[in-house]
Amino acid sequence: MSSLNLDAEALYADLLSGVRGLMQADSVLVGIWSGGAWLAERLQRDLNRPGEHGVISSALHRDDFGSRGLTAGADHTRLPFDVSGKPIVLIDDVLYTGRTIRAVINELYDFGRPASVTLAVLVDRGGRELPISAAVSAARITLPKDQRLSLAKDEAGRFSFDIKEGS
Amino acid sequence: MQRNPQLNAHGELIHLLSIEGLPRPVLHHILDTAGTFLSVNDREVKKVPLLRGKSVFNLFFENSTRTRTTFEIAAKRLSADVINLDIARSSAAKGESLLDTIANLSAMHADMFVVRHSESGAPYLIAQHCAPHVHVVNAGDGRHAHPTQGLLDMYTIRHYKQDFTKLTVAIVGDIVHSRVARSDIHALTTLGVPEIRAVGPKTLVPGDLKEMGVRVCHDMKEGIRDADVIIMLRLQNERMSGAMLPSAAEFFKNYGLTPEKLALAKPDAIVMHPGPINRGVEIASDVADGTQSVILPQVTFGIAVRMAVMSIIAGNNA
Repeated sequence: MSSLNLDAEALYADLLSGVRGLMQADSVLVGIWSGGAWLAERLQRDLNRPGEHGVISSALHRDDFGSRGLTAGADHTRLPFDVSGKPIVLIDDVLYTGRTIRAVINELYDFGRPASVTLAVLVDRGGRELPISAAVSAARITLPKDQRLSLAKDEAGRFSFDIKEGS
Repeated sequence: MQRNPQLNAHGELIHLLSIEGLPRPVLHHILDTAGTFLSVNDREVKKVPLLRGKSVFNLFFENSTRTRTTFEIAAKRLSADVINLDIARSSAAKGESLLDTIANLSAMHADMFVVRHSESGAPYLIAQHCAPHVHVVNAGDGRHAHPTQGLLDMYTIRHYKQDFTKLTVAIVGDIVHSRVARSDIHALTTLGVPEIRAVGPKTLVPGDLKEMGVRVCHDMKEGIRDADVIIMLRLQNERMSGAMLPSAAEFFKNYGLTPEKLALAKPDAIVMHPGPINRGVEIASDVADGTQSVILPQVTFGIAVRMAVMSIIAGNNA
């Protein structure tokens, strides 16, 4: 089912202008694998930032490792710059419990000490379980717990949302 | 049908006892995960918290330096507490049975046992008798299996050759005593290598290999001709009983890997060895230290592969 009225492309335009306001001269974009990484790639281009965006994975710091185990190894972190001393702008598609963000911040610190870390997301769906908030969120919605919301990308690179039942 | 004791009801790996019987996707998952861990070496903090608060017991009933050390490094990089037991000098020497040793260590809240034993099957016995939350890794049992060595060999081959399905792999030397050879053969077969050759004298190459789809060659030149990968095995002097070989020098003359013999393989062939190497017995120094040798990268990859195995089994429940 996809009855929810969420236009991912329209929201992306809002995200772009929000992230533009967050960027300092030496800021770097780091997208959370996988949806956030797509967004960061496009933001990097649309904001005319030099170099490549970073990609970060929560896999090695997840708090549900004991019950879910290790998922596929293909999503590893790639940070093509030194994070030490840099203002980091984390990008994700959906902000929910905040657990992924916690894991990703730990992952980031394995590479050095950033000057600051801020977060920009396409959708904040509420339901936070940790004291984490986004500096920019293009939409705020409320979804039932048993629905999973994630970003999808078609062959032309256009974004849309996927909603699945069951966690 | 009895389930493979290494897999849970969902087909997920809970122990690593042997490569035999593991499906190809499980092997690929381990190799892919090892790739992730290899990059941990490039970080400022070379440690991840996946096994934080877990206790890993290294139980080496048989000597080993490289394997024990790389397991210890791998467990520490995963943030586990590592306890090394020198079993040869402790309880077993006082007559305690294997299962009593395990029961006592389990009472000390062990979460994982890494086991090396001279008896084939010892890790299976432990896996069958430990609590459901405890995981077992076979670090070499008798002549039976050495699965993490087999997996790190596969990681090395994939790193240099990418595709398994077009390769000719020659395993050379003391195959009859080699658990590494057995694990390699099972892994290569599962991963789709079309030609696997076992090369060595009749006394050191077992007859049952043909049934495993392996081509047996008693002539070294025939065995390594046009090979993409050459895996040299150590001549296991300490296991040698009776007159299986005339002498080490005679063995080197016929089966030692020299630059002249290596020239028969493909120009981009890689040379592997599980170590420790006996220079001038199974491999010439010129080859061991040469440009085609990947013996030291194997050791580095071994840490990442052992991290992958330990983190995968620790994350799956029985």
